[in-house]
Amino acid sequence: MMSKILEVKDLHVSFKTYKGEVKAVRGVDFHLNKGETIAIVGESGCGKSVTSQTIMRLIPNPPGVIKQGEIIFEGTDLTKASEKQMEKIRGSEISMIFQDPMTSLNPTLTIGTQIMEGLIKHQKLDKKTAREKAIEMLRLVGIPSPESRLDQYPHQFSGGMRQRAMIAIALACQPKVLIADEPTTALDVTIQAQIIDLMKALQEKTGTSIILITHDLGVVADIADRVVVMYAGKVVESGKLEEIFYQPKHPYTWGLLGSMPRLDLSRDQELLPIMGTPPNLLDPPQGCPFAARCQHAMSICTQEMPELDEVSSTHQVACWLQHPMAPEVKPPTAAVGGK
Amino acid sequence: MEKAKNLSPDLFKPAQIEKKEQDALSRKSVGYWQDVWGRFRSNLGAVLGLSLIVLTLLLAIFGPLANNYDWQTQMLDVANKESFSDHYFGTDHLGRDMWQRVWYGAKISLTIAFLAAFLDVVIGVTFGGISGYFGGRVDMVMQRILEVMYSIPNLIVIILMLLIFDPGIVPVAIAMAITGWVPMARVVRAQVMKLKSQEYVLAARTLGASHARILLKHLIPNVMGPIIIAVTFAIPSAIFFEAFLAFIGLGIRPPEASLGVLINDASTYLQIFPYQLIYPSVVLSIIILSFNLLGDGLRDALDPRMRK
Amino acid sequence: MLRYTLKRLGYMVVTLWLIITITFFIMHLLPGTPLKNEEKIPPQVREQILEQYGLKDPLPVQYVKFMGNLLQGDLGKSMTLDGRNVADFIVEGFPVSAFVGSQAVIFGTLIGLLLGTIAGLNRGKLVDNAAIIVAVLGVSVPSFVMGGFLSYFVGVKLQWLPTGLWESYESSILPSLALSFGVIAQISRYVRTEMVEVLDQDYMKTAKAKGLNRSTVIIRHALRNALIPAVTVLGPLAVNIITGSLVIEQIFALPGLGKFFVQSIQQNDYTMIMGVTVFYSALIIIVIFLVDLLYGLIDPRIRISGAKE
Repeated sequence: MMSKILEVKDLHVSFKTYKGEVKAVRGVDFHLNKGETIAIVGESGCGKSVTSQTIMRLIPNPPGVIKQGEIIFEGTDLTKASEKQMEKIRGSEISMIFQDPMTSLNPTLTIGTQIMEGLIKHQKLDKKTAREKAIEMLRLVGIPSPESRLDQYPHQFSGGMRQRAMIAIALACQPKVLIADEPTTALDVTIQAQIIDLMKALQEKTGTSIILITHDLGVVADIADRVVVMYAGKVVESGKLEEIFYQPKHPYTWGLLGSMPRLDLSRDQELLPIMGTPPNLLDPPQGCPFAARCQHAMSICTQEMPELDEVSSTHQVACWLQHPMAPEVKPPTAAVGGK
Repeated sequence: MEKAKNLSPDLFKPAQIEKKEQDALSRKSVGYWQDVWGRFRSNLGAVLGLSLIVLTLLLAIFGPLANNYDWQTQMLDVANKESFSDHYFGTDHLGRDMWQRVWYGAKISLTIAFLAAFLDVVIGVTFGGISGYFGGRVDMVMQRILEVMYSIPNLIVIILMLLIFDPGIVPVAIAMAITGWVPMARVVRAQVMKLKSQEYVLAARTLGASHARILLKHLIPNVMGPIIIAVTFAIPSAIFFEAFLAFIGLGIRPPEASLGVLINDASTYLQIFPYQLIYPSVVLSIIILSFNLLGDGLRDALDPRMRK
Repeated sequence: MLRYTLKRLGYMVVTLWLIITITFFIMHLLPGTPLKNEEKIPPQVREQILEQYGLKDPLPVQYVKFMGNLLQGDLGKSMTLDGRNVADFIVEGFPVSAFVGSQAVIFGTLIGLLLGTIAGLNRGKLVDNAAIIVAVLGVSVPSFVMGGFLSYFVGVKLQWLPTGLWESYESSILPSLALSFGVIAQISRYVRTEMVEVLDQDYMKTAKAKGLNRSTVIIRHALRNALIPAVTVLGPLAVNIITGSLVIEQIFALPGLGKFFVQSIQQNDYTMIMGVTVFYSALIIIVIFLVDLLYGLIDPRIRISGAKE
């Protein structure tokens, strides 16, 4: 039995805006085991980034508020941790890399300074040792001639190199958990694969657990052990990679899989886009948020939110179609390839 | 479902989902200027600025009707008296009614400012429009001119100009416009450059519209926003410069009156008759302030990207 | 960076030459001769004076002479004030103006920085709104109005500080204060806008995600990046201070360069106007050049690639 390193329980996060309260995260549960990689997938605005930034307590307050729930990291509830405690955890225990390496690095500080900052703060290294460590980190993430690169500024790095530098910053203090928020979205396709490979290699070396936030199922298939599917601020399905890819239960997951090009399906198989747009989280529907876009929606779907049910001990889904009284519906072949 | 709830089978029939919810994105579209007005109206500073401008304009025009004096008659027997009977602002060292003088001065100052701003627009829009629209070598040459103009301190130019001209409303306005059009030209050029490559201009060109027509009908209306903003900031700066020039003896000169002249006059007697300084100073500051507020508000309203 | 500097330097020299030339010709195209009360001077004396100031030479000759002298630091002699050298007035008056001006810039910048930073960090809160109001007021109320009020209320009414003359350090306080309001306003406005912009940047999240404490995040990451563009206001600021000093020195009767300049304008003192104009132009252009250079130096994006994006 693997041990849980991080557990998110019934997390609710809202943003207060002049139009009202945007309920961005509305009861999210998942956990992360030691050494594994989980992927949180979903469309833009489904709350995946908010969830990850809430773990780091990086949600600006105001307007963001954690309404309820717990984030248990090694026995402490991060939602109740003080700012001082959080400073100790950020960067040293839990690290984060962001989507756009072009804007996530400070343009006026050298790459070296930006790596060394964390080391000096958390590991109390002196400048010289920190510098050596930073060079080592740059070498580790595959940046050639790190000694001279260290004193360069972000604008002298290419996009892929910057993301490597971001990874070096994040991993410098050997964190137990790495949260990667769409780390490949802003990169060229060829570079994307390199970055994912790098993350995989580094995980093997360091044993870091990874939470990968993405909407790219190709990346998920490549690296994740488990998958959490989010929609409109809620977890709609979660399970092992194979379970999600080959026995998806939620129509939204079908939609996601159906809109992804796959090599294992016949070439005539058309991609199936998901019609419509996600609901407005200012005033979320009382029933299943996906009902309005779901081809199999039933009366109950619009009235009551289904609870997360176990399909197997590792696979959960929140959908009324799982109810014994519901008609049997087969997933479209574009999603599961006829299995 | 482990939870043994009593659910009616009806609930598991396919539902007719209203498509209303789905179309949350296609909100009622609001016209651009309507949208601008909405944003402008909700900006407290901007509304305050606009109201103050209207108020000072009304006072500059109709204020003098409030009593029966005029701005230049000297009544030495009542000289240097603070506000009494219908001399609302008192009298100056020559016994002239300050109320009359302040509003007359405001009128002159505003006239100069509007004239200077008008000249800025005429020169700036022409220069910037041509430079941006034709591009290429024309633009290159015009840009160099602009760069040199930009780096010459306007203080120096204005002072030199006024040494040549005899000071008066028009010369002062011209002197200010000589450097004042430069920022306007830069704004217009940048905007025209951006707009001219957009589809609707290409379409017009394909349809055989003349240069003048494209410039007037398609480009200028879309450059209006930035021009309006630039004008709103040009006016207070002109008001300031007018007062400044009067102060150093290069602007409007007594016996003619402007806010600058009044402030200059009064500063001589500042220690004894401070009220003579306060009235014109406050009016001057309010005019500058209100245009600055209006400019800030317009910028936020016209260019939502710049909003806080 | 070297190329950038040289290019800027080239621009500066060309602009300066242009201004001097324009000034020269404008001054010599003025109708009449620069002599006061021309009619009253006997023709012989007049001829003699014109001769003495070299005003009878053909214009191009005068121009070459003027430029030659200028390069040697000779700005000619004043036409009204006992024929003293214009350069002497500058040497005498400029230190006073420079002292009052720099004091205003330093004080104003510090306060403006503080105000702008606090406002930017507390966007939308009470402090922020207060700072915005102070900034709009400071930009709108001209320094000579401010000077008048300070002179009357602090100087005359309260008798706290001297309202004029140049006798002790105290004499410089009110004039500097009057000039500094504009500085405070401009700096705080700019710093606030930049701060708000910078705080929204992704790299602020990165910095926080590293576990740096709040003050490090604010000082090293936010303030540093907010201040780089704010440096560009220093140029226009210097111009404003010079403009303001012309009037402030009148109000407070300071023996600064601005006072001499205004005097020379009022008395039509030809050579003085020329000399001081050239001096002011050079000063402004050099300040703008230095600010440009400083901007290049502190922003690595320009320092290394040598160009703005």
